[in-house]
Amino acid sequence: MSEDAPMDIDYVANLARIELSDEEKTTYQRQLGDVLKYFEKLQELEVDGVEPTAHAFPRHNVWDQDESKQGFSASEALKNAPQSRQDQVVVPKVIEE
Amino acid sequence: MEYEAVIGLEVHVQLNTRSKMFTRVGTGFGQPPNTLTDPVVLGLPGALPVMNRDAIEKSIKVGLLLGCKIAEVCKWDRKNYFYPDMPKNYQISQFDQPICEGGEVEIEMPGENPAKMGTHRMVELTRVHLEEDVGKLTHYEHDSLVDYNRAGSPLLEIVSEPDMHNPEEVFAYLTSLRNSLVAAGISACDMEKGQLRCDANISVRPKGETTLGTKVEIKNLNTISGVRNGVEYEIRRQVRAMEEGTEIIQETRRWNPEQKYTTPMRTKEMAHDYRYFPDPDLMPVKIDEAWIDRVAKELPEKPFDKQRRYQEEMNLPYSITSSLCGDHLLCAYFEEATALAKSPTKMANWVVNDLLRELSQANKMDEFSEESNEAMTPLSCPVSPQSLAELINLIEDGKLTNNVAKELFPEMFTSGKTVVDLIKEKGLDQKSDDGEIQVICADAIANDSDAAEKFRGGKEGAINALKGAVMKATRGQANPKVVDETLRRLLS
Amino acid sequence: MSQDSPIFKTATELSADLTAGKISSVELTQAMIERVEKVDEKVHAFLHLDQEDALAQAKASDERRSKGECLSPLDGIPVGLKDVISVKDQPLTAASKILENYRSPYDATVTVKLKQAGAVIAGRLNLDEFAMGSSTENSAYGPTRNPWDLERVPGGSSGGSSAAVAAREVPLSLGSDTGGSIRQPASLCGVVGMKPTYGMVSRYGLAAFASSLDQIGPFSTTVEDAALLLETISGHDPLDSTSFPKEIPSYSGELKKPAQPGVIGLPKEFFGPGMDDEVRARVEQTIEHYRSLGYQTKEVSLPSTDLSIPVYYVIATAEASSNLARYDGIRYTSRSNRAQNAIDVYAKSRGEGFGSEVKRRCLLGAYGLSSGYYDAYYLRAQKARTLIRQDFERVFKEVDAVLTPTAPTPAFKFGEKSEDPISMYLSDIFTISTNLAGLPGISVPCGFTRSGLPVGMQLIGQAFEESSLLNIAHAYDRDHLHGRQAPNL
Repeated sequence: MSEDAPMDIDYVANLARIELSDEEKTTYQRQLGDVLKYFEKLQELEVDGVEPTAHAFPRHNVWDQDESKQGFSASEALKNAPQSRQDQVVVPKVIEE
Repeated sequence: MEYEAVIGLEVHVQLNTRSKMFTRVGTGFGQPPNTLTDPVVLGLPGALPVMNRDAIEKSIKVGLLLGCKIAEVCKWDRKNYFYPDMPKNYQISQFDQPICEGGEVEIEMPGENPAKMGTHRMVELTRVHLEEDVGKLTHYEHDSLVDYNRAGSPLLEIVSEPDMHNPEEVFAYLTSLRNSLVAAGISACDMEKGQLRCDANISVRPKGETTLGTKVEIKNLNTISGVRNGVEYEIRRQVRAMEEGTEIIQETRRWNPEQKYTTPMRTKEMAHDYRYFPDPDLMPVKIDEAWIDRVAKELPEKPFDKQRRYQEEMNLPYSITSSLCGDHLLCAYFEEATALAKSPTKMANWVVNDLLRELSQANKMDEFSEESNEAMTPLSCPVSPQSLAELINLIEDGKLTNNVAKELFPEMFTSGKTVVDLIKEKGLDQKSDDGEIQVICADAIANDSDAAEKFRGGKEGAINALKGAVMKATRGQANPKVVDETLRRLLS
Repeated sequence: MSQDSPIFKTATELSADLTAGKISSVELTQAMIERVEKVDEKVHAFLHLDQEDALAQAKASDERRSKGECLSPLDGIPVGLKDVISVKDQPLTAASKILENYRSPYDATVTVKLKQAGAVIAGRLNLDEFAMGSSTENSAYGPTRNPWDLERVPGGSSGGSSAAVAAREVPLSLGSDTGGSIRQPASLCGVVGMKPTYGMVSRYGLAAFASSLDQIGPFSTTVEDAALLLETISGHDPLDSTSFPKEIPSYSGELKKPAQPGVIGLPKEFFGPGMDDEVRARVEQTIEHYRSLGYQTKEVSLPSTDLSIPVYYVIATAEASSNLARYDGIRYTSRSNRAQNAIDVYAKSRGEGFGSEVKRRCLLGAYGLSSGYYDAYYLRAQKARTLIRQDFERVFKEVDAVLTPTAPTPAFKFGEKSEDPISMYLSDIFTISTNLAGLPGISVPCGFTRSGLPVGMQLIGQAFEESSLLNIAHAYDRDHLHGRQAPNL
């Protein structure tokens, strides 16, 4: 799979929102290519009719009743924020993609 | 060439649960910023989601209300994309196993005039799924501020089929959907508070064509008029493009309510790759028949069904039922009051005219007062259904004139006093003392011998002038029946 | 330092000494702090030692004890936490630069349970950044060294937790295990490390790596101590939807009851080529010991074993790519000062804040979930996961536990595998399938190589049968107590 469709490292880095240097791009392209090649045995596996496992011990209806509890104060909520103003988190201007 | 628009809507409705979808911190509008937060809402390291059972039950209720098929099992998926209003940079939503599928919304188009019922039809639904809301971004000149109070609130997404064709249908759909959801106690659906939000998928094609044109998604249609204007604008834009032969691009556009036009946000090529996968932090939901049956028992009558019932069983005219049935609280008031009143028609008139007028006035006044932010509702207003029924029964029994009743009602509304209290307080007990009425009637005949002659000569209508004089002399407090009888006796 | 210094005692012994009044918690904690000051320069197991706070907790414990209000056998005993477990008002770095300035405003459920038991929370221990790695070389704050050979890695990702116990800096610690991150470093450092059944210990407050695989578990020098710590942190938690409602027996109490020797399965796929000869020899001696105790051994087959690494890396990286999206420079993580707009904040803060293994896994995970690849990678891996689970279900119809080496080799040297992701991934080959099947596994020290490096054996038990697994592990451990041997530092 890795050979006919090499990983588009720019596309994936953008999806993951991780800025990469050119050097990193080259390294990751190669390393992840190797890893994907190693994963090929997964592609050869016969899995027709096999149910996927999402949870090792599946259960249903694990929930809570609708009761509200006291949350954070604004200062607790923002204690770790890199930048805040008017009890809100400041972010640089949001430009639509 | 004639063109036809094809419109599908994605409506987001905030459920009115006490706590959030996946954590037990409170929900609400207008709280100080970032105070409805906890580790889960903020997506802190290590925080984990736990479902809100009530939000699921409310979603089942919506599904039943809209005639959807309720899933036996539904699960949670993560929708991955980065945005500052989304704390975890993924939204917990339902991708391939939503809680409800199918369903329909009955809509009514405008009639020839407000007194006439328009045509009804069903708009098909695709699915309804449950997810968590995002925070609120406020944009400033150089940066933006984020408040996470709204983040994590339970949000229901109701997706229609591309089954509408003009802004009027869209408006009718939203109105009907909102009335049903409010009546079922799901949400207040206040668009100004962001409790109901709407995106539209719009395409245009030559009339008669059966394949769909290129779809454009319009976001930010967040007021009723915004939906109408935005949809109308976008249809015009696409029709013009077709007429001019310019290509319509598959894209997402934003409705700009100030400038009243749509602007491009992102094209199909830039569309998000959401990387949906089942959320490993949550277990699926299993919904059995017993649960569905239990919820079904709590379903309210649908607003249009109620309207048909009022028209058929109580003979109420469309002009009245259309005012009543858009407001389930008004209907509740009406039903409670009319059960005690002698005339359903008179009651309906009073509710639709007098009660509504006083209510809207009270709520308008309220906007200027800081203390109460809860709007006054029919059932919380000072005139109870019993009190209004009492007033109407006094009129029906001839113990109170309509005029006096109309004068007293606003005072009942402001003071909360009953009609009987007010009558006593003001000494307005009707003049039914025969002796006094007889004197006043005799007086009236003496003062208007002309009218008396005409009546005696067979002109029935002439008695009205005499009645008017008596009522004037008694300042409307005489019982009209008694006056009528006394005058006739004296004139015979 | 003399061998009867409290730092060389087990938690069980210390608990008895505290009860007998032979030592106070303050004295014990003070001895621990001195030991950290003496050896941690070499080992670098600690990221944050809560010196003052630990002494205050110890003092409170002594006061409770003097009033006869002792909370549990762990009251007054220091415990170190892997730095992915939240402690209110303390830093939580996950060994990442991106969380450099973060302080947790809340306690993890295991932290609450430890506090309720009166344990002294000593500080937070080093790891591979976000628990991604098998050597603790991927820490943004420098690697931890193996106390048995400072030129070698302690294993990972919970290398700080295993090294801290091995170096006798704390008698007990907690780690997290996603694919072997407790058992492999326990094996490489010569201590006991256990991953409970998925769902036995709450994950609430544990910075997630791969949600469907992560479990918190204990490190100690003996199986007996592991039982004591495990019973303290286990139990259903309504704040974790994947936590299992199950009664927790007194594991340490159960160990005292005589156990019938059962059947131990030896999966042939785990004893093939590629295993270090000395590791094989030690593990075979262990098997012999079990036979001498009356246990039956039986060769079994887990045919899907060779799938476990690809399945694991597809699932774990996919979940991680999503779990780590929250570290974005917006609300609580460090923000790049080169950011001009919101998109920049993400890409630059994450580019600067994440180390290379974290980047590699986030990229791989995003790829495996991306449009057009989901079915080929993630969905397929989930189906293969079912086959791996079924292998174990079959085997456990015949045996009470499965015995394997914990890791294919003893501790390796720094840099030996860090440039080759696949060879590093292969060091988890024996531990990964346990996580995929959700089963409990324990690594018990089973001797040393000729050059003095510890070797561990792994026992895998049936789901939710921790008690039985601990009993089998204890049967070997009480006769050998390899974990009680301390390295010379």
